[in-house]
Amino acid sequence: MRAGGDIMRQAIRFRRRGRIVEVRDFSPRTLLLDYLRLTERSVGTKEGCAEGDCGACTVALGRVRDGRVVYEPVNACILLLGQVDGADVVSVEDLAADGVLHPVQAAMVEHHGSQCGFCTPGIVMSLYTLYREAERPVTREAVNDCLAGNLCRCTGYRPIVDAALAACEGPPADRFLAESETIRADLEGIADGADIFVGDDTRFFAAPASEDALAALYARHPDATLVAGCTDVGLWITKGMAAIDKVIWLGRVAGLDAIEAGPEALTIGATATHSAAHASLGALDPDMGELMRRFGSVQVRASGTVGGNIANGSPIGDLAPALIALGAALELRKGDRVRALPLEEFFLAYRKQDREPGEFVRRVSVNRLGAGDAFRCFKVSKRFDEDISAVMGAFRLALVGRRIASARVAYGGMAATPKRAPETEAMLVGVSLDDPASWEPAFAALAADFQPLDDHRASAAYRRTVARNLLAKALHELATGRTDETRLVGERPALQAAE
Amino acid sequence: MNEMSKPLPATPLPPDEAPLRHVRQPLPHDSAKRHVTGLAQYIDDIREPEGTLHVAIGQSPRARGRLVALDLDAVRAAPGVVRVLTAADIPGKNDVSPAFGDDPMFAADEISFHGQALFAVVATTRDAARRAATLARVETLHEAPRVTVEDALERGESVLPDYSFGRGDAASVIAGAPVRLEGSLRVGGQEHFYLEGQVALAIPGEEGDVHVYSSTQHPTEVQHVVARVLDIPDAFVTCEVRRMGGGFGGKESQATQWAATAALAARITGRPCKLRLDRDDDFKLTGKRHDFRSDWRIGTDETGRILGYEVDHLARCGYSADLSNGVVDRTMFHSDNAYFMPDVRIGSKRLKTNTVSNTAFRGFGGPQGMLVIEHVLDQVAWAMGRDPLDVRYANLYAPGRDVTPYGMSVEETDTLPALMRSLERSSDYRTRREAIRAFNAGSPVIKRGLALTPVKFGISFTLTHLNQAGALVHVYQDGSVHLNHGGTEMGQGLYLKVAQVVAEEFGIAIERVRITATTTAKVPNTAPTAASSGTDLNGMAARIAAGAIRRRMAAHAAETFGVPEDEVVFRDDRVFAGNESLDFGELAKRCVQSRVQLSEAGFYKTPKITWDRAKGTGRPFLYFAYGAACAEVAVDTLTGEYRVTRVDILHDCGRSLNPAIDIGQIEGGFVQGMGWLTTEELVFDGEGRLRTHAPSTYKIPVASDVPADFRVALYPNTNREETIYRSKAVGEPPIMLANSVFCALTDAVRALDPTRPVPLDAPATPEAVLRACEAMRGRPLG
Repeated sequence: MRAGGDIMRQAIRFRRRGRIVEVRDFSPRTLLLDYLRLTERSVGTKEGCAEGDCGACTVALGRVRDGRVVYEPVNACILLLGQVDGADVVSVEDLAADGVLHPVQAAMVEHHGSQCGFCTPGIVMSLYTLYREAERPVTREAVNDCLAGNLCRCTGYRPIVDAALAACEGPPADRFLAESETIRADLEGIADGADIFVGDDTRFFAAPASEDALAALYARHPDATLVAGCTDVGLWITKGMAAIDKVIWLGRVAGLDAIEAGPEALTIGATATHSAAHASLGALDPDMGELMRRFGSVQVRASGTVGGNIANGSPIGDLAPALIALGAALELRKGDRVRALPLEEFFLAYRKQDREPGEFVRRVSVNRLGAGDAFRCFKVSKRFDEDISAVMGAFRLALVGRRIASARVAYGGMAATPKRAPETEAMLVGVSLDDPASWEPAFAALAADFQPLDDHRASAAYRRTVARNLLAKALHELATGRTDETRLVGERPALQAAE
Repeated sequence: MNEMSKPLPATPLPPDEAPLRHVRQPLPHDSAKRHVTGLAQYIDDIREPEGTLHVAIGQSPRARGRLVALDLDAVRAAPGVVRVLTAADIPGKNDVSPAFGDDPMFAADEISFHGQALFAVVATTRDAARRAATLARVETLHEAPRVTVEDALERGESVLPDYSFGRGDAASVIAGAPVRLEGSLRVGGQEHFYLEGQVALAIPGEEGDVHVYSSTQHPTEVQHVVARVLDIPDAFVTCEVRRMGGGFGGKESQATQWAATAALAARITGRPCKLRLDRDDDFKLTGKRHDFRSDWRIGTDETGRILGYEVDHLARCGYSADLSNGVVDRTMFHSDNAYFMPDVRIGSKRLKTNTVSNTAFRGFGGPQGMLVIEHVLDQVAWAMGRDPLDVRYANLYAPGRDVTPYGMSVEETDTLPALMRSLERSSDYRTRREAIRAFNAGSPVIKRGLALTPVKFGISFTLTHLNQAGALVHVYQDGSVHLNHGGTEMGQGLYLKVAQVVAEEFGIAIERVRITATTTAKVPNTAPTAASSGTDLNGMAARIAAGAIRRRMAAHAAETFGVPEDEVVFRDDRVFAGNESLDFGELAKRCVQSRVQLSEAGFYKTPKITWDRAKGTGRPFLYFAYGAACAEVAVDTLTGEYRVTRVDILHDCGRSLNPAIDIGQIEGGFVQGMGWLTTEELVFDGEGRLRTHAPSTYKIPVASDVPADFRVALYPNTNREETIYRSKAVGEPPIMLANSVFCALTDAVRALDPTRPVPLDAPATPEAVLRACEAMRGRPLG
């Protein structure tokens, strides 16, 4: 097989325990966890929930980035086997060598970080990626963020966090680092520009390498399921038991993950992961950085993509309300036709988007804040970390002096789609930050903009009150210039300092 | 009493100052290295025998009604399906209940809750079985389900009779008391969320016997229920478990159904069969902590000292009795928590609802009863303008005020007041109380709250006959030791603690003691590993067994070397007899050659305990474990979100067998309790369907929820009862340390308007907190 791209590869290839593994015969919906446990019989990696929430199945995927092998944690339970093409797959059995524990394993033992032990393999793998990639000194907050996607029901986490801090005291020095040149060479050796197609026209796993190849393939198979990070499609398989026979994975499409940070706008390619987009979104506004920090978990952010989160059209979609408030345009492609539309117009109804058969999301462009613009966004959920918002409120306000000249307001969790609040926006125009009484009509207008529903995340009454209070909070913060009086997490000076 | 039935004595404990090699040492969990390397084997990790089949459960789409037709043709025709099992395939009894005969393995006629098992699919892969299970056509004649406490009250249906006990005439005393308060508190349930879901692997043997690997806290019950379902003697069934990936009570009675289903599949197909529930199915199909509405009335004097207390605990038990009798009894036993109640009546209803049958969960009903009285004392204190901590002090059991509502004398009255005073000082309670008052005065949005609450938890099964344990110890001729007992390992470190005891007994390195999987074939008729009793019971049984072997070895050494028996010392892997010494293994070898028995079955039963349920009096507990926690929280009164900012805990483990393990139980229990009272919310809809059935919607604490400032210490104490090395049980009591978080949240909300009572129920989700905040502002939510 030669590199260069015009030959179709009929197998996936990845690195595993120092060898290159080639798999050519597999069901397109095979999950990495099932491959590890059932095919390979590596049973150290556990299934806790089969929906990417508990982290017991965490493994590390190493890929070459900027000439260096970078390891990220992923939930193997909702990752397709095909998605590990080109990666070094590291599972919990691989860390210790010749009877010597890896530093994170030794620290876990020393600090009594395991009780029942079932979550432990996943925790060890998350900590392994922290150990490898985290900037020193590693803080307790950084460890907590790393562990947001790893549930432990026994320990109360304290000894695990202590173990992580102890293991990460010095710079990383493990056998994987010692072998990193070999690993890099191995990964570069299997990196080709070939389109992947495993299967036949009725049942396949495909991974086109170019946007043109993707457009052509999807036009031929408009009934195929597009998979980017698989953090949602994975659940269609494990929970919905969906019969997904045609999979087009977008992860190899060259350039589709590009992030362009322009002076006026930030453009994020559809397959850029949340992790990859985190810093540039955070540069738009500190609240965006905090939103991304709380988005899913490290595992979900490492797999899930900005484009997937939008195209999926969740009524909540933590990111969409913030992007709508900022002002974002979505670009879609079908065959050779490319069109753009304001993001808010993409969401038509519950789980229904303005996307034709065979059409795919290409990228999203977000406007930067201007000199007089202020932005606030708040995510309210039962739990701060690794939760989906009950209400998500985002506010972009153009200020002239102490008065609001124009407003973009969007909410998630308040309707069947992420949605702007036109009546509220209108009532905010001309409002003075120094006159809280003048805010009231805007609060009242929320009732015209939204009729939220009761569900298991929150009641309609709670959503109404919180929606109002988030707007009040935003205005109060802008009026006082402070966030310490109104926030339990994510005070802006601390966020700005961390940037 | 003849020689055969006389229990073997335990060796007298060494004096307190004697140095111990293993006991009291903070040794790491025996499986720690296997945990972190992925080499610890759970049931689903066992290499399946060739030809193993997989079982999935077909579930009821309705919560209540009659099963009219069950068309399984499409299921049978699905790819990979080998066999479909229904109630008609059960050779024995269609009953997997622990006691009351009311839990069908497969519903055959009456449907009692949404998701209830109707049939099982046996297929070549788990995926094939799960997919096929969705293909059944189920016809039902459905009725409106009873879901809430109020639904059940309206219909007047219970799973078990009402029960109450008490003393004096509480109603009259309350009526005449200077201060009278009443109210109602709702306390939510809790999903166990053991990380390893329910799983069993059944391997058929000869003549219908079966070996069942089950993730269970109660192998004896699995054995018994499998035998009942298959209509074979118990002796034909062996149940084995090396470890569970968490239990928390959820695998006490409710592991049996999955084991029995796998065993039935193995019987009928003649092949090994495995059943592992999907996480969402585990949520829907297995019981949870009971949720309650508790209606209370209290009368106190002007200082807040209790004169009379009445409470009615309305427990939502689900569709069947399961363990609800013991659970709700324990709610009643802990309705006093640590407080003396001169006149008292504690009532209970065990209500029947069309929901999954609620079951054991760490604390076994106790936490709910205790939360109510803590909530009530807050109300009492605020009503008279006192600090709640002072009202708590005023009501603690004390000499002369030391008899519980169920007639048991609290003999250890000095520990808790001293422990609380110590925590009050070390947590700087009074200074922080003032600082919070000042902070709240200047902070309109964020309000802080503080609470210090005690725990007194009774140790022993209240079903007295369960307070027994067996152990089996062998010494081999190389000096290695095989250790087995009836307790199960679910992460709590029981296996390690018992191994510490046995290694200490023989004076050998702990590596010489091989810990082996719990199996009904080695130790029979065991109690579940529950009620915090694992170490108390099994540690004693193992020490008795090891002690008997040691005495025989000592006698042999004494005879060999011509010294008195009491001069034979086991230490540092050697045995010293006068001027002679030899390796422990060498002595073992000599014993074998001299035909000295090196195997022993130890047996232990808890002394002193009695309980007359009909009279509502006795001594159901050998002793009480104590603790206290001081929690501080910050609440965002615009959204109801909150953070637990600091927690100080002082907890009494008696003289700890392993301080590292015990600290782990305390911290883990506290955080689990905190989850129960804060973010963990079980939402059932009007159709009786559980809507929060996965970690995506049911939120247990994550690392960042743990207070950044978390100070946990053991309270130096000695168990005055003769427990194993004078330690105290530690599994459940720490759950209730989290009551401090609930009380602190209430305290924070109260800062909005100290003149109003705080209408906060548990769990205090952000929505519940905001609803309470809005009530303080005199308006409804929305």
